[in-house]
Amino acid sequence: MLTVNHYLALSGILFVIGTVGVLSKRNIIVVMMCIELMLNAVNLTFITFANYLNDMTGHLFVFMVMAVAGAEAVVGLAIVVALFRNRETLNIDKLNILKN
Amino acid sequence: MSQYIPVLFMLAVAGAISVGMVLASELLGPKFKFREKMEPFECGEVQASSSKQRFSIRFYLVAMMFIIFDIEAVFLFPWAVTFQALGVFGFIEMMIFILILAAGLIYIWKKGVLDWE
Amino acid sequence: MKQLVIPDVSLGAVGPEIVLVVTAILLLLLEVFTARKEKGYLAYTALGGVLLASAMTANMNGYTEMNFSGMYVVDNFASFFKLVCLLGTGMTILVSVTYTINEGISNGEYYALLLFATSGMFFMISGSDMVTIFMGLEVMSISLYALAGYTRNREKSNEAALKYFVLGALASAFLLYGIALIYGATGSTKLAIIGDSLRTGIANYHLIIIGAALLVVGFGFKISAVPFHMWAPDVYQGAPAPVTAFMSSGPKAATFAAFLRVFNEALPSMQADWWQIFWILSVMTMTVGNIMALRQTDVKRMLAYSSIAHAGYILMGFTTGDWFGVSAILFYMLVYTFMNIGVFAVVTIVARKNEEKTTFEDYTGLGYKHPIIGVTLVVLLFSLIGIPPTAGFVGKFYIFMSALQQGYVWLVIIAVVNSVISVFYYLRLTIVMYMTEETTEALPSLSLSPSLVTALIISIYGSLWLGVMPSSYITFAQAASLIP
Repeated sequence: MLTVNHYLALSGILFVIGTVGVLSKRNIIVVMMCIELMLNAVNLTFITFANYLNDMTGHLFVFMVMAVAGAEAVVGLAIVVALFRNRETLNIDKLNILKN
Repeated sequence: MSQYIPVLFMLAVAGAISVGMVLASELLGPKFKFREKMEPFECGEVQASSSKQRFSIRFYLVAMMFIIFDIEAVFLFPWAVTFQALGVFGFIEMMIFILILAAGLIYIWKKGVLDWE
Repeated sequence: MKQLVIPDVSLGAVGPEIVLVVTAILLLLLEVFTARKEKGYLAYTALGGVLLASAMTANMNGYTEMNFSGMYVVDNFASFFKLVCLLGTGMTILVSVTYTINEGISNGEYYALLLFATSGMFFMISGSDMVTIFMGLEVMSISLYALAGYTRNREKSNEAALKYFVLGALASAFLLYGIALIYGATGSTKLAIIGDSLRTGIANYHLIIIGAALLVVGFGFKISAVPFHMWAPDVYQGAPAPVTAFMSSGPKAATFAAFLRVFNEALPSMQADWWQIFWILSVMTMTVGNIMALRQTDVKRMLAYSSIAHAGYILMGFTTGDWFGVSAILFYMLVYTFMNIGVFAVVTIVARKNEEKTTFEDYTGLGYKHPIIGVTLVVLLFSLIGIPPTAGFVGKFYIFMSALQQGYVWLVIIAVVNSVISVFYYLRLTIVMYMTEETTEALPSLSLSPSLVTALIISIYGSLWLGVMPSSYITFAQAASLIP
């Protein structure tokens, strides 16, 4: 039988996978996918708690997070397009002009 | 669990039929091999070019606009479901929301994002 | 069908936000419907929106109201922070007028993004529900990502925007996970209800601890507290100079406001636990910020570390958890906005086209060639150091006093030592300006427009007047402190 704890563990694991991906992946597009994974892991947590507490706030929050994630992805993509036009690379390690 | 046995049975039958059909055509059917047929897109149609090519930057622009306006629709669904209960207040609120989106649409239109050429 | 209960909607309470958003949308439409040559008035349209919003916010002083079924609160604390943010936005617009013309960037979207970011800050400051705070934070952050990359043909700007985006999104995710866990533990996202369920002890304590820790990480990123500061130097250096000025003032103030409100309204019963965390954060932030600033060669990067160090001083006010500390933070934020935007205005002037002149050598002999700009920068730097009679001194004194009153003697000693360290790098810039030989290289002359001069006058006024006659502003800050 699946309990609340299973869902929470799943979302926790997804969140950690996303975090590790953001910190370790070198391709910007993959990094953005990992960010989406983190946000959706949190959505799963919200839905789980909302269902467990029988409360609507969690559902409301998920809608908001979805809209925010969409807007964030679009701005991120726009930044990547602008960057690619100037630098022709998607590798994060090659972005190193800003340093002392 | 007993009420699920017919479902399991149906799954088994469906699996057996599909596997059986593939096996039958493999064993009984005639085989002609030529280059075009062995390609991944195997309708006998010759590929125009490789699929590993760069997309036009326009594609990303359209994709971005699609994501934005598509995501906003999530707010329309709950509103539509409770439309009767929300009444005039909800209607006005949603019209303001759509007006703001329309302002964004006018902006990208005039900026030329929607022109493909 | 069941009738829904529609919550109280008071449009008056969100009047300033409506003004900001409507002005921003109007700017977007004006941008596409006016000819390229006639776009000069867009900046003043934006400024008009900011002034109207300021008047409406100032009008709300002394008035407390809960609205939108407890998701939005108008109180003195909110009004104070909103005015600080509007001051930051208004001064940034003044600094940007010449910049946008020199760099040849289209300006309708630029000012629209500034106003959208400001409206986001307002929702963060006034949010009494995690939903409102999170939405405000995201509206602000997403606008800032776009602004950081606004000069899209400069590679540095692209890189700054991308780094800001990735780390900012990561921080938002941490914050959101913290909110989700607190919601799970208490069953609500309303700050007041979270506070109540913690006092009565019905909440799951482990979830709350993890949630609060994630909140500290998320907010810590946004205020660039060490060890979550690594984005700040790169972003401050790469972003357009007026945007850097903006980022270091309003968004920081708004994040501090939300941070204060969450910890003082939702989690006050844990103050005995979290003062130690803030003590350590504060000491690390100011020490690392000041020490790293010593070895910078780029002025914008040096100011980024200085901004980190100042976040460390402000965090001292968090450890106290009483009204004195909160009002010290309020006053410090006001002073900091005045002086920091002034410094960045000078940086914008000196940087010239394409922002090529931002190293220490580019300031060589500035004090002789342009005496007025030189003196202005010296006054502002003295204020950042905290030398009397500048406002920076009063701000620091006040915040150190609040920590001392709670008995954090060591914290104050470390902060004073840090202030001494900071003298070195601020004075280094002054020495370069006045002591070093003039270069023979002929540079294009500096362009001083009326709007830039206005911004400089405002910041000089703030940095001196608040140092000489701070009492009325301090009374204002004390009336606005969240805790009675």
